[in-house]
Amino acid sequence: MFEYAPAPESRSVVDIAPSYGLFIDGEFVSPASSGGVFKTVNPATEEVLAEVSTAGPEDVDRAVAAARRAAGPWSALPGAERAKYLFRIARIVQERSRELAVLESLDNGKPIRESRDVDLPLAAAHFFYYAGWADKLRHAGFGDNPRPLGVAAQVIPWNFPMLMLAWKIAPALATGNTVVLKPAETTPLSALFFADVCRQAELPPGVVNIVTGAGETGRTLVEHAGVDKVAFTGSTEVGRQIARSVAGTRKRLTLELGGKAANIVFDDAPIDQAVEGIVNGIFFNQGHVCCAGSRLLIQESVYDEVIEALKRRMATLRVGDPLDKNTDIGAINSAEQLARIRTLSDIGAEEGAERWSPPCELPAQGFWFAPTIFTGVTQAHRIAREEIFGPVLSVLTFRTPAEAIEKANNTPYGLSAGIWTEKGSQILAVADKLRAGVVWANTFNKFDPTSPFGGYKESGYGREGGRHGLEAYLA
Amino acid sequence: MTATTTSRLSDLSDSSFSLRSFLHGLPGVDKVGVEARAAALGTRSVKTSAKAAAIDLAIRMVDLTTLEGADTPGKVRALSAKAVRPDPADPGCPGVAAVCVYPAMVPVAAEVLRGTGVHLASVATAFPSGQAPLDVKLADTRDAVAGGADEIDMVISRGAFLAGRYDHVFDEIVAVKEACGSAHLKVILETGELGTYDNVRRASWLAMLAGADFIKTSTGKVPVAATLPVTLVMLEAVRDFRARTGRQVGVKPAGGIRTTKDAIKYLVMINETVGDDWLDPDWFRFGASSLLNDLLMQRTKIATGHYAGPDYFTLD
Repeated sequence: MFEYAPAPESRSVVDIAPSYGLFIDGEFVSPASSGGVFKTVNPATEEVLAEVSTAGPEDVDRAVAAARRAAGPWSALPGAERAKYLFRIARIVQERSRELAVLESLDNGKPIRESRDVDLPLAAAHFFYYAGWADKLRHAGFGDNPRPLGVAAQVIPWNFPMLMLAWKIAPALATGNTVVLKPAETTPLSALFFADVCRQAELPPGVVNIVTGAGETGRTLVEHAGVDKVAFTGSTEVGRQIARSVAGTRKRLTLELGGKAANIVFDDAPIDQAVEGIVNGIFFNQGHVCCAGSRLLIQESVYDEVIEALKRRMATLRVGDPLDKNTDIGAINSAEQLARIRTLSDIGAEEGAERWSPPCELPAQGFWFAPTIFTGVTQAHRIAREEIFGPVLSVLTFRTPAEAIEKANNTPYGLSAGIWTEKGSQILAVADKLRAGVVWANTFNKFDPTSPFGGYKESGYGREGGRHGLEAYLA
Repeated sequence: MTATTTSRLSDLSDSSFSLRSFLHGLPGVDKVGVEARAAALGTRSVKTSAKAAAIDLAIRMVDLTTLEGADTPGKVRALSAKAVRPDPADPGCPGVAAVCVYPAMVPVAAEVLRGTGVHLASVATAFPSGQAPLDVKLADTRDAVAGGADEIDMVISRGAFLAGRYDHVFDEIVAVKEACGSAHLKVILETGELGTYDNVRRASWLAMLAGADFIKTSTGKVPVAATLPVTLVMLEAVRDFRARTGRQVGVKPAGGIRTTKDAIKYLVMINETVGDDWLDPDWFRFGASSLLNDLLMQRTKIATGHYAGPDYFTLD
């Protein structure tokens, strides 16, 4: 066997401070007495990386006030001036992308090849893309005098910390809003690094504020009376609470929530490429992807062939040290998430689905879960209905295109879907009937700043990315 | 794999209709997908001990090739000597898999290679165009085998393939295979002229059904030679073919592979798509002329910690 020697990326390229304050009004500040501190750990080793501050109500007040003070002058800048700052941020993110990629992999557990080759290039691309819109808002199709909303409260998840930050901050700033962003409590480091990027770009104080903390900090932020707009990406459960708290206020709201995407393989699909797409659909980022293709629907006539090829391919996935450049699957982000994945997988086995993982040795320290597929799954299984948010694939079958569409749509969610077939007319016909925000054809999990992204039903509302992404930040 | 499957597959050649139906019924190849997969495999980081092992394996897989109109016996003798002993400074350096020459040069190379374990390959069958009558191709093949070649690299008639005359291509391969006797037959698809990955997969299956021992990408005489995605499609074809028939067929990318870095990408691709069984000179070859010296240079770098200039390695 051709064994690859370890090829670890050096963690010395990035400095991690022992403790971090909050980024408010252009400065790192200590939290007020109402706050506290929490630790962020490397999920691959359980090593404590840094102590991070919990923002309490007073801190959130200060951050929102700073954003409010900055909002007037920032929105009054000509679009081309705001664009300059965004371009500058984009370039700094590119220049410092190696540091950021290592930091992201350390804090999140994702493989360096994904943070380096996917997350960071896309994050920079979002800033570049929205920088381009900043002076063209009147031509975006939202009236001839689109106005910013004011202060945006943004709460982002732990699966793509830097990329979600870019998705949120870039369009908000381009449209003349100021922001208070709360990163997830398990992955705050790249957002705090980004605070330094803002200083390096000489962004006016208060335009971007970063408050760290857990759910309570997020709740304080979205419920704050001084906020004009709430943007949330995360679980459907929290999304529901936010929708309730925002209901009846003048605040605008966009939600990007969970998903249980169907990935449909027709019998005329390019099998080898479909298998790659299935793998990319569910094992990319350890399956911590809201649009992951977690329900595989295979046409019965090619079922055996696809499953055999999929298992063969899964056996080549390399699970382990996220900083090794050859690692395909890294660590599960937290002990809590690992427990959830285990619980749901055990339920799958108990309900009679057949569980399979390739032989693979998992590290003793840290949070790990082997790539897993369940065959013999039906619509009645919980693993076919609930979002697992981990490297676990449920495989179902179908006989006709109509049945595939029916099963694909039979879910409370509707974020994404995939179609695999060599027949162009089939792609168009099926895509038209799938109730999902994104439908990929002969590919999966591909993102681009020019392409809007968002959901149907319990996957949330509003669109991020593309021209449509501007709308959520304009009056 | 069953005997019935094998005989059913061989029945395919009975009519051009069934052969065509079979080849066009193979799963399609998505261009974007296969190119993305090949590019992703190319990003593996192969360092230190893994790199050293890969370099030695790659050297053992080289078909050291000279296919110039200007080839002389002197040139072929020099190349053959180098094939046996690639690095005179290091007796631990393995020899290459084979020397590949035009049929006229076979007796010259045979003299040097006899008893060394290095195979002797010859490009017969009106290489590189394949545009000659079948009897000329067969005579070419028999000459090369009689002269001492134990591997024959034949070209398919791309014209006939592209015109959809699959049975014609099939019959030619069968006839050449027969003329090879005990020599191994490598069938050159000239993928740069086939236009699509679907055609590459069909041509691979066609060659294997007709009895090819190896399928090879290119002659090295057209602008587009071996590429990673094309080789990936061919590897998938030999893997699927073995799963259906039980017969293993080798793969040989040729043309344009010049650096150690490139060669390692191919080894990674084998490792992660068809696996161990093909990581062997019996089942995978590099058709190359300049690759060897780069492999030797990198090999010395690993051993000594510094790069030696080109003059520290032999010309061929």
